[in-house]
Amino acid sequence: MSEVLVLIDHVDGAVRKPTYELLAIAKRLGEPSAVFIGGADQAAGAVEAVTKYGAAKVYTVEDTEIKGYLVAPKAEVLQQLAEKVSPAAILITSSAEGKEIAGRLAIKLGSGIITDAVDVQADGDTVVTTQSVFAGNFTVQAKVTRGTPIITVKPNAAAPEEEAGAGAAEEFAATISDAAKTAQIVASQPRKATGRPELTEAAIVVSGGRGTGGNFEPIEGLADALGAAVGASRAAVDSGWMPHTFQVGQTGKTVSPQLYVANGISGAIQHRAGMQTSKTIIAVNKDDEAPIFELVDFGVVGDLHAVLPAATEAINQRKG
Amino acid sequence: MNIVVCVKHVPDATADRRFESDNTVDRVGVDGLLSELDEYAVEQALQIKEKSENPADVTITALCVGPEKALDAVRKALQMGADEGIHVSDEAIAGSDYAATSLVLAKAVEKIVADKGQADLVMCGMASTDASGSVVPAMLAERLNLPQVTFASVVETQGDQVRIKRDGDTATEVIGGTMPLVLSVTDQTGEARYPSFKGIMAAKKKPLQTWSLSDIGVDAGEVGLSVAWSEVVDTTARPPRTAGEIVKDEDGSGAGALTDFLASKKFI
Ligand SMILES: Cc1cc2nc3c(=O)[nH]c(=O)nc-3n(C[C@H](O)[C@H](O)[C@H](O)COP(=O)(O)OP(=O)(O)OC[C@H]3O[C@@H](n4cnc5c(N)ncnc54)[C@H](O)[C@@H]3O)c2cc1C
Ligand SMILES: Nc1ncnc2c1ncn2[C@@H]1O[C@H](COP(=O)(O)O)[C@@H](O)[C@H]1O
Repeated sequence: MSEVLVLIDHVDGAVRKPTYELLAIAKRLGEPSAVFIGGADQAAGAVEAVTKYGAAKVYTVEDTEIKGYLVAPKAEVLQQLAEKVSPAAILITSSAEGKEIAGRLAIKLGSGIITDAVDVQADGDTVVTTQSVFAGNFTVQAKVTRGTPIITVKPNAAAPEEEAGAGAAEEFAATISDAAKTAQIVASQPRKATGRPELTEAAIVVSGGRGTGGNFEPIEGLADALGAAVGASRAAVDSGWMPHTFQVGQTGKTVSPQLYVANGISGAIQHRAGMQTSKTIIAVNKDDEAPIFELVDFGVVGDLHAVLPAATEAINQRKG
Repeated sequence: MNIVVCVKHVPDATADRRFESDNTVDRVGVDGLLSELDEYAVEQALQIKEKSENPADVTITALCVGPEKALDAVRKALQMGADEGIHVSDEAIAGSDYAATSLVLAKAVEKIVADKGQADLVMCGMASTDASGSVVPAMLAERLNLPQVTFASVVETQGDQVRIKRDGDTATEVIGGTMPLVLSVTDQTGEARYPSFKGIMAAKKKPLQTWSLSDIGVDAGEVGLSVAWSEVVDTTARPPRTAGEIVKDEDGSGAGALTDFLASKKFI
């Protein structure tokens, strides 16, 4: 069976959940080979982590020489590895960095690229992807017709499978060109943990918009009662009420949770783009003509500052 | 200093966007416009020019690859304040994927460089609002053998140095690079200006060239749908959501109804 390369997404060796999702997808297409680019002292932990989720092989690439440089060196590593092992596909998470590595790699290998897959399946020898486009109004299926399929996959596209693989670790030494060592990360401020679920991974998201008037307490209260992540519209972010990392929509995060609760959000197309594929949608808005109501399974026409605190109290009571 | 801003002409997101029978985006039957996300790139280019010591020495060229109608995107960039426009248009380009689009853009940038000297900055939006792949800037950088600094929420330049801020998934980073490079900016960089009446009038006299594939030395067989490296095999419109239940919050009844709904769906 051919190998399928999965680039490990990690922070200082701590493997992030989307990597496990990629490993589950890789199993459908061939034999999962994870690729770790990072510190030598972090490799063992990462190898152990991905082995638990099915990696048959793990290529470890020591990054002292390239740490701090932007994507270009990682694309060179993957190019050299791909030329060596001729994988059936290369899977990368759909983050900003992931897409850029994929873009550069596609040109280097002369291979087709598909971005933002929400599903990936094998159809015989062909890899078929599913994507949600035009603000979630269309679903398209696509395939790569030249070279090694390079696919960036959105978080939550598959459920991680905790089933150990062989996990054979192998060091891989890549040759990095000077041209790749140019754009540099000068400073990095790790994101502070919020104590709530990660927006793109949460089963429930409770969002607030301009209608909050800047007071997110009712939003956060309901989110905590439901064990949800907090999101925001761009209007709320532009007003400085919430950091940009909370933004849901075209230029923020795409979420597809079991439940999305939009509060004081009108439902502009750019906001819909980030949440339209949620399973169940609820809206609270004082304007009964707000377009968000076209999407909802359940809606309350009312003032969020009254409805949400009362609902939160009722939920907490029911939970006992 | 030379700045090239890549601007795409896209179907209006608020219109009824759809596909052709060959699964390519309908770019003719749906009203189009300069991709809103590329307006931010034009705006940042204008600000770099305005803040430079000698604005008259900075030339901003708006570059667009697309069908005849796409000329509107170049015009809009000129109205906003770009100095010159290049529209690469050729029937053979129809249906091109990211790989072919980045090839045409790269060859066009190379011609601009041959005509005018180094392109110090090649600027892009964070994503096109139709394909929204966010990969063309990286592919363009790879083809031009340039570094890339991308997804900037704040842009600062000093001489040939570029510093940007970007909000990553796990960290906020400051990224630095030396020109020439490819720079992409997000909608966090600040509102793009509207063309003024003066700008609209001035745009009419600005140089605007249309190039074909042969002008930039690209073989028609290298681009277009038939040689795309990836292919859309099927498109399905999302079924409309069935109308939900909507209640009015009268005398505080809304919270109870909401809680009941959540409980009925087992979210509590
Ligand atoms: C290129 C581009 C990209 C964009 N990307 C995004 C994106 O990623 N995400 C995004 O969200 N937007 C995005 N936008 C902006 C988008 O077009 C809308 O402007 C934005 O989503 C509006 O946010 P809002 O719904 O919070 O505000 P508004 O549209 O102002 O709506 C506020 C709503 O709150 C209701 N309300 C007011 N007070 C109360 C109250 N007390 N109780 C209950 N309801 C109340 C009002 O009835 C109204 O419906 C983008 C726009 C552009 C041009
Ligand atoms: N046909 C095109 N013409 C000019 N610029 C483009 C074109 N396609 C993409 N770009 C640029 O590349 C950026 C990212 O596009 P994409 O990778 O399609 O999301 C856009 O914001 C534009 O700046």
